[in-house]
Amino acid sequence: MYTLPNKLKLFAIIFMVVGALGMVVGLMNAPGSKEEVKEMLANQEAHHGESSVHAEEVHHDEEHVYHLYHQLQNRPWSAIYVAAFFFFMIALGTLAFYAIQHASQAGWSPVLFRVMEGITGYLLPGSIIMFLLLALSVFGVNHIFHWMDPELVNPESDKYDYLVAGKAAWLNTPGFLIRAAIYLTGWNLYRYFSRKYTLKQDEEGGTHWFKKNFKISAVFLVFFIVTESMMSWDWIMGFDPHWFSTLFGWYVLAGMLVSAITVIAMVAVFLKSQGYLEYVNNSHIHDLAKFMFGFSIFWTYLWFSQFMLIWYANIPEEVTYFVSRIEDYNLLFFGMVALNFVFPLLLLMNSDFKRVNWLVIGTGVLILAGHYIDVYVMVMPGTVGASWFIGIPEIGAMLFFFGLFTYIVFSSLTKAPLLAKGSPFLEESKHFHY
Amino acid sequence: MASKVIHAIYTDDDVLMQAVKDTRKAHYHIGEVYTPFPVHGLDKAMGLAPTRLAITSFMYGVVGLAVSIVMMNYIMIEDWPQDIGGKPSFSYIQNMPAFVPVMFELTVFFAAHLMVITFYLRSKLWPFKQAENPDVRTTDDHFLMEIDVENHSIEELSKFLQDTGAVEVNLVDKQE
Repeated sequence: MYTLPNKLKLFAIIFMVVGALGMVVGLMNAPGSKEEVKEMLANQEAHHGESSVHAEEVHHDEEHVYHLYHQLQNRPWSAIYVAAFFFFMIALGTLAFYAIQHASQAGWSPVLFRVMEGITGYLLPGSIIMFLLLALSVFGVNHIFHWMDPELVNPESDKYDYLVAGKAAWLNTPGFLIRAAIYLTGWNLYRYFSRKYTLKQDEEGGTHWFKKNFKISAVFLVFFIVTESMMSWDWIMGFDPHWFSTLFGWYVLAGMLVSAITVIAMVAVFLKSQGYLEYVNNSHIHDLAKFMFGFSIFWTYLWFSQFMLIWYANIPEEVTYFVSRIEDYNLLFFGMVALNFVFPLLLLMNSDFKRVNWLVIGTGVLILAGHYIDVYVMVMPGTVGASWFIGIPEIGAMLFFFGLFTYIVFSSLTKAPLLAKGSPFLEESKHFHY
Repeated sequence: MASKVIHAIYTDDDVLMQAVKDTRKAHYHIGEVYTPFPVHGLDKAMGLAPTRLAITSFMYGVVGLAVSIVMMNYIMIEDWPQDIGGKPSFSYIQNMPAFVPVMFELTVFFAAHLMVITFYLRSKLWPFKQAENPDVRTTDDHFLMEIDVENHSIEELSKFLQDTGAVEVNLVDKQE
């Protein structure tokens, strides 16, 4: 049995406290009224020494202040949303990877099952947080989902948005919450039963629970691939309600899986270095690193497929997505492509490097940073536009959710023996050799 | 120069793997092993140096990438610029996304084809080449391990090989 080291606990709690402070400071610092924004702008201009304001610019300024006010109000909420979604997506991706292991009756991975189950331990808390955040948006506490503004679908209003109104059959707040509830319930039910069955299997042996697990895993995967796609439209593509991409679900899935596998590898290497997981050898790490490499390439393939078709066709309603990212987020947007493609490609190409623990961890950190920025660049342009900055709210949210994730993952690892001894493929997995 | 070798024939790959390990442990020199299919881990058991084919493949890929960049620059930018889809070919970097599929394909093309050709050359395989395997059964369901006799006692060696599970042990004069 694994026991949670006090140091790790303290480490996680410090991250959570510091992160929570950062999030609170971020929320407090968001401007409370348009006047504050005006004052801020005036101060900035005073700094720049541009005192003369032309008369015709005043109206423009009003609009600018209005936008800036909303963007700055959205910023701390978006930062929280990005962090909450990123760590939730790691747990969800791990769950999908875990289900694939059961459904394909993989022989190499049973020694890692408990590591994966530990990571999916974050699924339930992460789901609750995600649902709360979505509910807060629906009930108007924040306005990060622009399409939720009822004025946009009101034909009488001068803000009436023909395109958003046309999508109202899907993009409406009751449907949005009901769908979220369905996705989250389905995923958590699978996690609950699958975990229950593997524990039963440890107790009773045989293949009864193994077969049951196989069946629910196969059903879950069908449910997952549909709901994951719809989740990506609802929870991420919805930030740019005018824009659409038909491979968006795949794109989010690729990022999710590569981050999840990276975390599985990192947790496995960490536990191994603490003297646990005696049966995990460097061939298991090699296989995980192959998945990290492969899914990084897959992610890039989808990123480029989405980018090139839209770039080449150059249709205004599609291309705005990339225009705003390339103009306002240039370094982050292209930097994350380099982090997510070039580094894994060159660092993990060599077969021997995939068995070197510190290289796997190092590349893993780069991949996770890259995909964090990827989520950031998917969300932020739709909520804060050009007024983005990586400051206290962003770092605070990331630290808080990192601490929470670490704490929950490692405490759920303590709840069962680290070896799923009932798995019929356990012997094969113990002797897995590349 | 003619040298004496022993051909030990096996009918199972697991038995063969164990025999290879035992033979090496007993300090006999294995000249070659002929198998009807690739036996996983045999190269390591025989103590062969790791293949450098992957390194050549990487280098061929880099060559392919370079060729594609130079080629597309010449075709689409310098020699005959065309305006496709409202994207005039004024500069390479602006049109680069359109060339990425070409870069990818040529990288794969060069890496794969040149690697296969290197493999053929390195294994001394070319059209009309006389087969080197000494026993046609190694193309069907038998495994053959060739051991150099050198100055070992032939009886002892044959006895040893029979004990490792060989179904047949033959002494052969090998023409170099």
